[in-house]
Amino acid sequence: MSFSELQFALPEIFIAGMACVLLVADLFVKEGRRGLTHTLALVILAFAAIITMRLMMPAGESVMAFSDTFIRDRFGDVLKLFSYLVLAAVFVYSKHFLRSANLFRGEFYSLSLFALLGVMVMISSASMLTVYLGLELLALSTYTLVAIDRESPSGAEAAMKYFILGSLASGILLFGMSLVYGATGTLALVEISNALASGASDDLLLSFGLAFMVVGIAFKLGAVPFHMWLPDVYQGAPAAVTLLISSLPKLGYLALAIRLLQDGMGGMHADWQAMLAVLAALSLILGNVVAIAQSNIKRMLAYSTISHIGFILLGFLAASPAGYAAAMFYTIAYSITSAGAFAMVILLSRNGIEAENLDDFKGLAKRSPWFALMMLMIMFSLAGIPVFVGFFAKWQVIAAAIQAGFTGLSVLAVITAVIGAFYYLRIVKLMYFDEPERSESVAAPVDFRAVLSINGLAMIGLGIFSSGLIGLCISAFV
Amino acid sequence: MDAMNWPLLSLIVWMPILTGLVLIFLPEDRAGLGKFLAALVSIVALAISVLMLTGFDGSTAALQFQEKTVWIEAFNIHYHLGVDGLSLPLIVLTALTTVLVVISGWSISDRVSQYMAAFLILSGLMTGMFAALDAMLFYVFFEAMLVPMFLIIGIWGGPNRIFATIKFFLFTFFGSVFMLVALIWLYLQSGSFAIADLHSLPLSMSAQVWIFLAFLIAFAVKVPMWPVHTWLPDAHVEAPTGGSVVLAAVMLKIGGYGLVRFSLPIAPDASGALDWLMIGLSLVAIVYIGLVALAQSDMKRLIAYSSIAHMGFVTLGLFLTFAILRNTGDVDGAVLGVTGAMVQMISHGFISGAMFLSVGVLYDRVHSREISAYGGVANTMPWFAMFAVFFFMANSGLPGTSGFVGEFMVILAAFKANFWFAFFAALTLILGASYSLWLVKRVFFGEVANDSVGQLSDLTAREWTVLTVLALLTLALGVWPQPLIELMEPSVANLVDHITTTKIN
Repeated sequence: MSFSELQFALPEIFIAGMACVLLVADLFVKEGRRGLTHTLALVILAFAAIITMRLMMPAGESVMAFSDTFIRDRFGDVLKLFSYLVLAAVFVYSKHFLRSANLFRGEFYSLSLFALLGVMVMISSASMLTVYLGLELLALSTYTLVAIDRESPSGAEAAMKYFILGSLASGILLFGMSLVYGATGTLALVEISNALASGASDDLLLSFGLAFMVVGIAFKLGAVPFHMWLPDVYQGAPAAVTLLISSLPKLGYLALAIRLLQDGMGGMHADWQAMLAVLAALSLILGNVVAIAQSNIKRMLAYSTISHIGFILLGFLAASPAGYAAAMFYTIAYSITSAGAFAMVILLSRNGIEAENLDDFKGLAKRSPWFALMMLMIMFSLAGIPVFVGFFAKWQVIAAAIQAGFTGLSVLAVITAVIGAFYYLRIVKLMYFDEPERSESVAAPVDFRAVLSINGLAMIGLGIFSSGLIGLCISAFV
Repeated sequence: MDAMNWPLLSLIVWMPILTGLVLIFLPEDRAGLGKFLAALVSIVALAISVLMLTGFDGSTAALQFQEKTVWIEAFNIHYHLGVDGLSLPLIVLTALTTVLVVISGWSISDRVSQYMAAFLILSGLMTGMFAALDAMLFYVFFEAMLVPMFLIIGIWGGPNRIFATIKFFLFTFFGSVFMLVALIWLYLQSGSFAIADLHSLPLSMSAQVWIFLAFLIAFAVKVPMWPVHTWLPDAHVEAPTGGSVVLAAVMLKIGGYGLVRFSLPIAPDASGALDWLMIGLSLVAIVYIGLVALAQSDMKRLIAYSSIAHMGFVTLGLFLTFAILRNTGDVDGAVLGVTGAMVQMISHGFISGAMFLSVGVLYDRVHSREISAYGGVANTMPWFAMFAVFFFMANSGLPGTSGFVGEFMVILAAFKANFWFAFFAALTLILGASYSLWLVKRVFFGEVANDSVGQLSDLTAREWTVLTVLALLTLALGVWPQPLIELMEPSVANLVDHITTTKIN
């Protein structure tokens, strides 16, 4: 390793250093001035974005560093930029909630930044070791975040579940990696890919390894039948943390899947395609059907997440640049949409008491027409109605699946999308067709309102002007 | 004229939508301004569409007023608009209906600006859909339309509105997702979403059959054809008057238009092979749904069933083509059937809209749609009775009204295909007259049935205007349909020519 290689990891180094600085700085911030930590965290993200943009890789080029364990390419840079963006939105949305729930502490920010670092390492990983490093950094940070409210028994329960099942998933993934290592004798993804191409390695061992890796990835993503932790964690965690874990890690897990399955195990795509097809079908069906029965908004959105994971997996089925680009578009669109949806949950919570029930949305159109409209766009986007961004995400992954010959699965996907539309419509119905139970309009600070408005309008903006983001995603896989 | 070179189509698509988006945020106490703006914009849009009608070259099947820019480069999707003789009349119908709905919505009292906004946005989206020449653009408009209609029925509808609007949304959404899969499949074959490219794409028979069925689910729900029609009576009954009018006058035509624009030209061989299915379903709609209409006690429900039966003529006329050509090789006969179907769409737009407005007139005063709540209305509202009786007569196909023209052309064409097709289709003349006139008898004639009918006051100036316009148009199209037929003739002939050429390579 030469010293000059450090420049390739500059954004990661910056975030790592700054997260530590924030951790220390927060000790000297007085209780009443905690806003400083918040501002500092946002400034850190802004600088990270500037650094990443200045070092942005041109389409089609990549560099490897640190003995081929670290890769910088356009895919990674684009995904990192969206990670900063999503996390910045999460910070703005969370502040108000954390303050009223008496959770406004520096740890939230430093842990979130460490989670971001984990995501970034995963995104840039070129070796199974780096993948695992990033994964665990993200996982440990989020386990802690779920339990950040020490007084909440449900938070502790959720954190425990998350920890145990997350560790299990990590263990399974690690086991799969060790089998692949045994078969190929290397940890570097590019060399694994070469080894597969040469056909010299033990097929049985590789297949076992691959199966365990796919299960590990499915666990992390929350694909059926490895989804059990997801609704409980979403429900039990404080809304601000649910907001975080529903958006930021998805970008990392997308990279996890692409790095491992495409960069590493791309030669065995016929094997993992079949596995992902089953996972996708089950996720689509179960996620959409079970979501209908939920009366808790966080649980409903959790099952909705599961169904969207099914759609993202459809993009992988093509095992082609176009398919990955579609999955990437979907994941980015979903993270932004999901952040908006949970922001609405935060908006409706009062004095730290979360608006958990669907009925809290009753008559929102009368209480707060603007935010009801934002939520309407978010819901229609999740349902995949044009001209909202969710539609453009959906049809791209469906196109990828059809191109790969999975026409039957695509038809299943669109049918489950219709089933899914029902519960999104129910939110619109509650907001627009029902009478409000309370009369006061919702209160939120101006930065929250501004970001939520931008987030809501992005649903239609990214839809009508989807060409740019589509082009960006495609350029990531040239 | 210079104005003809302006992007007129974009103007009538986006002007209402953008105005609508502004109106959503108008506070309740500025409702007057909202109504005024909505009326102004919808009238301007109508004026532009009429201007296009005058500037339209009716002697060719070529697409006119085209606008084309790249939309999504990576997938070769274009923002491509244009009209021909098939779509322009429907665009004018849309603009006209919007004006009438805005005027008749003057009496709305709840969230007025938002009501107007929803109709303006809806009208822009429907116009965009009729004008779209790129399949993805078409699909976007086609689906986006559900959102304002969902809100219109759900917010301003009747007591059972939530069930009705969710049923409406899910039915139509369910239908259209199959079309999306078919369009994507076609794109992967042809590398283009341009409708013209899809028209010329050679396809094997089995591919065509799948494509045809996928499109059929989408458009059959929209038309609606038996047996996927059940959302329509529910939606009509619960929708506010304006919603019913748009639904009947324009939205149902989208199904027919989709068949003409997509199903027939993209999968002509499958259309020919499956025409028995389409003719069968159409005849069931005409006869069976006609009988169902007889049994209704709710006026809106009756008109809804009557709409399904009348739309049966549209699908019948379109799919008679193949039988006629097989039996006689008579191209003129085939053109007659398709032209009849198109005329029927326009005419049904006038008549069904007018009938729903008439029911709205009564509902505003008595707040009941039940036939049994009325009786002898002609005694207290003679002018209104004149209009209503006229529209119901037109609905039953009275010669001299537009209702006669389309049906007559289709029945005439049906004779060239098969006597029994014509026989069953002609039954509508009896059935249509039965349910229409029986309703007229029970509601309008006889003694004044109760106090609320006794206290009715006759039409206001606003209602007069709206009904007069529609009555004149119904009469004009009935007496002198030639301009409309000539406008559509080249496009229809082109279509018939295209669909009789096999696409199997």
